[in-house]
Amino acid sequence: MAILINSEDRVLVQGITGREGRARTRLMRGYGTNVVAGVSPGHGGEEVEGVPVFDTVAAAAETEGELYASVVFVPGPAVKEAALEAFAAGVKLAVLVPDRVPIWDVLAIEAAARDAGARYVGPNTLGLLSVDKAVLGMVGGRAEAARQWFRPGPVGIASRSGGITSSLAYYLGRAGIGATTLIHVGGDPVIGTPLQDVVRMFQDDPETKAVVMFGEIGGSQEESVAELIAEGVVTKPVVAFVGGKAAKEGTRFSHAGAIVEGSRGTYEGKVGALREAGAVVVDDYDEVAEHTLGVLRDLGT
Amino acid sequence: MARLYEYQGKELLRSAGINVPPGRVARSAVEAGAVAEEIGGRVVLKAQVFVTGRAAAGGIQFAENAPAAERLAGRTMLGRPIKGQRCEMVLVERTVEIAREMYAAVIVDNAARRPVVLFSSVGGSGVEAIAAAHPEALVTTEVDPRCGLAAFEAREIARRAGLRGRELVGVADVIHKLYGVAAASEARAAEINPLVIASGGEVVAVDCRITVDDYAVFRHPELGVAVAREFDRPPTALDLIAYEVEKDDYRGTFYFVQLAEGFGRADRYVAFHGAGGGGSMMSMDAALAEGFRIANFCDTSGNPPASKVYRAARILLAQSNLVGYFGSGSGVASQEQFHSARGLVKAFREVGLDIPCVERLGGNQEERAIQILTQYTADLPAPIECYGKDTSARFCARRLRDLTETYDYAAAREKPVPPSHSSSYAFETVTQGTVSFDYSRCDSCASKVCVEECVPQILALEGDRPALNITPEEARRGRCSECLACEVECHARGNGGGKITLPIPGLEAYLKSRA
Ligand code: SF4
Ligand code: SF4
Repeated sequence: MAILINSEDRVLVQGITGREGRARTRLMRGYGTNVVAGVSPGHGGEEVEGVPVFDTVAAAAETEGELYASVVFVPGPAVKEAALEAFAAGVKLAVLVPDRVPIWDVLAIEAAARDAGARYVGPNTLGLLSVDKAVLGMVGGRAEAARQWFRPGPVGIASRSGGITSSLAYYLGRAGIGATTLIHVGGDPVIGTPLQDVVRMFQDDPETKAVVMFGEIGGSQEESVAELIAEGVVTKPVVAFVGGKAAKEGTRFSHAGAIVEGSRGTYEGKVGALREAGAVVVDDYDEVAEHTLGVLRDLGT
Repeated sequence: MARLYEYQGKELLRSAGINVPPGRVARSAVEAGAVAEEIGGRVVLKAQVFVTGRAAAGGIQFAENAPAAERLAGRTMLGRPIKGQRCEMVLVERTVEIAREMYAAVIVDNAARRPVVLFSSVGGSGVEAIAAAHPEALVTTEVDPRCGLAAFEAREIARRAGLRGRELVGVADVIHKLYGVAAASEARAAEINPLVIASGGEVVAVDCRITVDDYAVFRHPELGVAVAREFDRPPTALDLIAYEVEKDDYRGTFYFVQLAEGFGRADRYVAFHGAGGGGSMMSMDAALAEGFRIANFCDTSGNPPASKVYRAARILLAQSNLVGYFGSGSGVASQEQFHSARGLVKAFREVGLDIPCVERLGGNQEERAIQILTQYTADLPAPIECYGKDTSARFCARRLRDLTETYDYAAAREKPVPPSHSSSYAFETVTQGTVSFDYSRCDSCASKVCVEECVPQILALEGDRPALNITPEEARRGRCSECLACEVECHARGNGGGKITLPIPGLEAYLKSRA
């Protein structure tokens, strides 16, 4: 199974003729993603990496048939337009890779997604990858690297940091623990698929036995995950690391989201809520694999 | 979240038709007196600084007349620190006779992913305190951003908060217009606290705090935001230089903020160069655990071109009295790390790096990255070590500590001398850089490595000399990805004929002023 993306899902790339669009289409195709069309206004009729390019998403859908997911590689200020176009043409999952998407644009994307019954991941996401099946976005960077770094197995990985998404999967893999799907939820304060949504999907995925999660100071995603565990909605074990312990209050990192606002979103608050709910919170990043092994051993897998 | 000054926020409110007290901002005591004279009578002087609790810190004062206003502004406010922030401007306004205080705000609710209107018929203190003390007076309403807030919805908000009659209508009008201001300026938060009913019955915004979305500032030049980012202090000279680099280049992320200035070697500050927010945080934790302090936060990630990493490194190295350079991110980066390596090599060679450096460049093509960074800098005065994904941030921080503890900072060192260069052929790059070739060197170059290593493959040999195989216009519009191979690889493996100059506006002047 895996969540959100599988090898047969039909995928569109918006902004396919740009620098990132080209490079990541190569990655996605190379890894097995079923990329069936690309869109770049003014480039209709061209081909990128063997993928036909259309001027509009509707044109792509008319010619190539229904499109399940779209991966968006256009500059931040153009993302809203691209996402709205994708939803209007029936796309059910938009992966919004770029950063610097204005927040009121995200609010508009959210409203459109609700109306269309669609989901979006990001903005400011590296994307997601179902091991040995498909990748949406740029997780892994190159297909050869992605195949080498990530191995299949029972753990679902969710992270608020892009780099850590791959890093977690790699370090777990080195310890013999494989993954179903790894997902970077995005670094911005308003994102379409926060940690709690991902953890819920992992709960519903029969192949995923446990969840490993990288949280960060700021916002309330980790607290929401803790609530789901406490309420018994999530019953699979959750191993969590929360970054930003040493960050002084008010220090902002490049994740616009990682800001400590008053007492909400603090390191202590998040760790406390997760521990109390019953998650395994790891203090030292280098020990995440060890604790995950312990959790899997307890499950008998 | 760039914050607007109170006076800027009030100008936005005023142009939307919301009542604010008559007044203007003044930058000198004489000007403050003149504004007070214009207003006539009793005035309030408000320091324009981004701190909370201004009043208690002497940032809000009252004057009975213009001479008193001039005196107060000059002697107690302008040029003085208010809670650590230097006061450069005072807002001079007519005082308001307050009959009733209320609170109104429009914020972007991150979890609900919608704009939310908050209104309380009790105001004055912070919203958390109001909500705790008077939950019945606080009304919150989610808004569909595509429709905006209708006038009738604003009236309903005022009614639910307990207002009636003329007050209801007046306050609803302000709420309706405040939503308009927040949406039009793409605010993260727009707050009027207190919103006041004056003794004459009119509704007046007495204080105003607006923070705008950093990512939207580019389409709001009218807001006059110099650096679209929240600082708890005015931006430093280096912050501004870095921001200029960052703001026009959409390829990947570059984020820089100075955390300390004016330190000495004994304070053990390192330049920090991270990649990705999460990995950076953990790497900084690792450096702190080894007894270092962090001079700056810097992140180049999201597949930035080598030129961006180069500029970041040059800016980091413009800080004085560093004990070391620490580069470390998540450890397993999707981006191809040899780009970063080339950017670092160019920067380190240009400044003749003379402080120890440990880089953790784990990720795609890390073997190549490690080789480039260590081999091409072997002749530099300082030790440079580079590691990949199988080495932890903690180990790297420890290595840097070992290196800094045995390094002799006082020893005189020679910088490598760059090869002489006289341009025979040149073209521009997308960030106003210039690639040029010195054919007198190319002619006797056996490797022609520039052609082979140019990542987008836009160089070809014409006869025996490298030249573009596309038009200079195409190169300038971004086909030259500024991968730096035609300089970095050429100097290491060619004959030194290739060179790329990448301007960093303001950096030379900054270095001179420091020297
Ligand atoms: S490698 Fe350097 S010296 Fe050789 S041809 Fe290229 S630019 Fe000229
Ligand atoms: S000309 Fe080629 S090698 Fe030189 S910087 Fe541009 S892309 Fe790189």
